[in-house]
This record gives sequence, structure tokens and C-alpha cells, in this order.
Amino acid sequence: MPHIEVCDVSLAYDTPAGRVVGVAGASFDIEQSEFVCLVGPSGCGKSTLLNIIAGFLTPTAGALRIGGRPVTGRGLDRGIVFQDFAQLFPWRTALKNVAFGLEMKGIANPEREKIALEQLRLVKLEKFANAYPHHLSGGMQQRVAIARALAYDPSVLLMDEPFAALDALTRDDMQRLLVDVWQASRKTVVYVTHNVAEAVYLGDRVLVMTPHPGTVKCEVKITLARPRDPLSVAFIDYQKELLRQLSLNAEARS
Amino acid sequence: MSALADRTRPFRRHLTSLLLAAAVYEGLARSGAFAPALLPTLANVARALFEGVLDGTLPAHALSTLYRVLMGLALAITIALPLGILMGRYRPIEGFFLPLASALMPIPSLAWVPLFILWFGLGNATAIGIVCYAAVFPMLVNAWSGVRAVNPLWLRVANAMGAGERTLFWKVIVPGSFPFLLAGLRQAFLRAWIAVVGAEMLAASDWGLGWIIFDAKEFLKADVMLAALAVIGLIGFAFERLVFGALERLTVERWGMLRAGKG
Repeated sequence: MPHIEVCDVSLAYDTPAGRVVGVAGASFDIEQSEFVCLVGPSGCGKSTLLNIIAGFLTPTAGALRIGGRPVTGRGLDRGIVFQDFAQLFPWRTALKNVAFGLEMKGIANPEREKIALEQLRLVKLEKFANAYPHHLSGGMQQRVAIARALAYDPSVLLMDEPFAALDALTRDDMQRLLVDVWQASRKTVVYVTHNVAEAVYLGDRVLVMTPHPGTVKCEVKITLARPRDPLSVAFIDYQKELLRQLSLNAEARS
Repeated sequence: MSALADRTRPFRRHLTSLLLAAAVYEGLARSGAFAPALLPTLANVARALFEGVLDGTLPAHALSTLYRVLMGLALAITIALPLGILMGRYRPIEGFFLPLASALMPIPSLAWVPLFILWFGLGNATAIGIVCYAAVFPMLVNAWSGVRAVNPLWLRVANAMGAGERTLFWKVIVPGSFPFLLAGLRQAFLRAWIAVVGAEMLAASDWGLGWIIFDAKEFLKADVMLAALAVIGLIGFAFERLVFGALERLTVERWGMLRAGKG
């Protein structure tokens, strides 16, 4: 049984300009421990879809199941990482930020800080456990955010362009680190990006989305062995394939 | 040497502005342009201050004023902090209380003194009531604004991790609006002092710094008035350095939510 099942999910909302369909009839399955990237131009509804899976938005039609259970709102079975560095709580140290979800879970203190520290070690930040977020670089803050989303041990990690605001070199480091973290934790990951190279580097499978209305148009399975070499011919061929799919969409629309 | 100079620099800067103001005053007082009874020299003010402290009257007056300020302020915070936060969080509560606050806010607290005297009589109850009235609105408005300024991403993240309304309140909304809450506290303290001195002039029977000033007028004792004013300034200075400044360094500055100025 797939870990995440998205069946014909749609979301429409009313704006002053009229009814807008954000997501229309999206359907796909994601296996346990699979790394799936959602790629598409801005406005294609990929973040909306992620927010539906996160439980922040309720679909107007369709069904969504995680681990066989229908999704009704937010839940501790999912961890989420956003693009904005400001997602960390500035009044909490890195360690206390990571421990937040454990506090919500009701895990008491010696145990709580031990788990939080382990998670920080996973993202190589154990030395900065007692630093406040404003003393950390953007890349470090995003690593804390990842550790925080993993700390309470959700089965699914949802990521909304977490590295989009980082410089290119830091982003490369972060992608390598994320693959390591994913391989160590074996979480099911849904990763939203508009960066094709990033999707090919990270994903087991890439879902290409098209806008107006937002839906999943096709999927590309990436069968390259890890660690992947972004300069290899096969890697670049995958990028070409994805770009071709995206430009086909653009043509179809114009 | 330079390390010491670095460490004492902020303090020396604080002193510089105070000393400069004192020097200008002393220059005016000694210029002979004004009668010494109206503009006593600093030495005379210091003597009045010293005598007042020695015979114990000035500290007693200061304490009773401070008591009224702190009681009124505590009462104001007890009312305004939860109410302001609820107003920022829930639209119906905002809709109910905002018109009331908007209408009451512009009324000077001292305009209530005669009525308060009728209702509560002369003395502490009236003074504390007036202080509370003056302090409640800055605290309310800042708490209300602060809650609305809390980054929605923090709420969303906390929500995703299963935080309920109570947890959100204590672990996200209160710390997240702390820069505003501190600003509100400072303003409330300031307004409380302005109100207490006025209230004491009009409503305190025989105690308090405001009463000293009012009473000294009858005997043309400008030095006593200035000594009482100096005590008020001194208490304000001490609170800023020891309470608000320290609170700010321990919280919002440490969290990077508010930065110290350059240099």
C-alpha cells in the first residue's frame, strides 16, 4: 500500500476577482521512504498541494490518505519545512527550537533534549545547540528547521522550497546533507521546487505540474544511483527531459 | 586601559547628557537674571534633597508615590495585557472593546480626578485608580498591536507541531510579541508617573512627591520642589537602567528581535 495517496484532489477558493481553481484533480501515490519532488512554474499550485498534504488547507474535492488513514487537518505524522528563515522561533535556541515538537508530544526533559541534540547532530549543528537563530547563517537556520521537523519522528517530511533563498554553493551543500539525512531517517519526503536540477539531484521521482488549473501532468522516475553527479550526461539528460515537459506545457497554454 | 574605556563608554555617555543639562541650569541660576528663590543653585537644591533624605521625609514620600505607581501599573497590566492579547487574537473581542478603548483613551487621566475623588475619596484609592487609567491604554494598544504583528509562520509551524490555543498563547504569541509588550510597559510606566504626580497634587491628602511639590509652592520653596522633581527623575533613570534596560537585554536583544543602535 502506498504511504501517501492523493486521489483526484481539487481546491478552489473565492477571491474578489472570482472563483480560482488552485489545484484540479491531482492524483498520485507516494511509497514509504520515497523522495518525491513536485516541480512546476510559479502559480502551478505545487505549494497549495503541499499545504493540502500538510493539512493547512482542506481540499474542496477528492481524498487524501497517509498510512491508509484519511487526512483531517494537521498532525504529528507530518513534519514541515518552509523557505522562509523566519520559521524558527527567535526566542528559542537551536536546541529548544528542535525540542518544540517533542514538548507538544509531552516528552519530558532529559529525554527531550537528548533527542533534540541527536537531531542537531544529524544536520551537523550540535556545536550550535545553544545559539539563537539570529546568530546562525541562513543555511544553518534551514538545517535547524529540518532537524525540528524530524525531531518528533513524523513519517512524512514536507518541504516547500527550503533552499530557494540560499546562495548556490550553500544550496549544493544542503542538498547533499538532505540526501544523507533522508537516507539515515528513511522518511517519506515530498519536496516542492521550481529548480529542475535540484529535483533531479534529490528525487526518486519527479512530478511535473502545470498551472491554470494546477494539476500533475506527468512523472519522471530518476533511476540514477546516489550520490548523483550533476555534471554526468545522464543527469543532464534528465534535466533536459524535465525542461522539455515544462516547456511543452508552456506551449500548450500559449 | 582601552578595554576599561570601552566598558565604561556607555555609562560616560549617559553621564555627559545629564552633566550638560545640569551645567546649563547652573549657569542660568548663577547669572542673576532670576531671583534665587525662584531659581535656586544646584547646591541649594542638593541641600534640600539631602535634608529631606536625612530626616526621612523624602524617602517616605517617594515610597508612597512609588507604591501608588506600582500598584496602579500592576492593576493596569493585569487588565490590559490579557485583554490586549485577546483583542489581537479574536475579532469579536476586538470589535467589542476597541470602540470603548478608542473613546476612553483620549480623555486625560487627570480629568477624571474630581470624579474619582467623589467616588473613592481623597487618598490612595483615587491615586491608584488614576495611575491605572493612565497606564492601561498604552499597555493595551501595544499588546493588541504586538499580537497582530506576530509572524504568521510561527503560528503555522507551532500549529503543525500540534500546539493548542493555550500553548500557542504562552509559547508563541507572548514571546513573539515581546518587543511590543516591552514598549507598552515602558510607555505605561511613563504615563503612570505623569498621572501619579498630578493625582497627588489634586487628591493626596498629605503624602507623595506630587504633594510635596504642591505643598512647597505655598511656602515658595523652589529648592524643595526641584529636589522632589530630581527624585522623580532619579527613580525613572534607575528603572530604565535596572528594570527595562535589563529586561530588554535579557530578552528581545538577546533573541535578535530588537538590536542595539550602532557604535
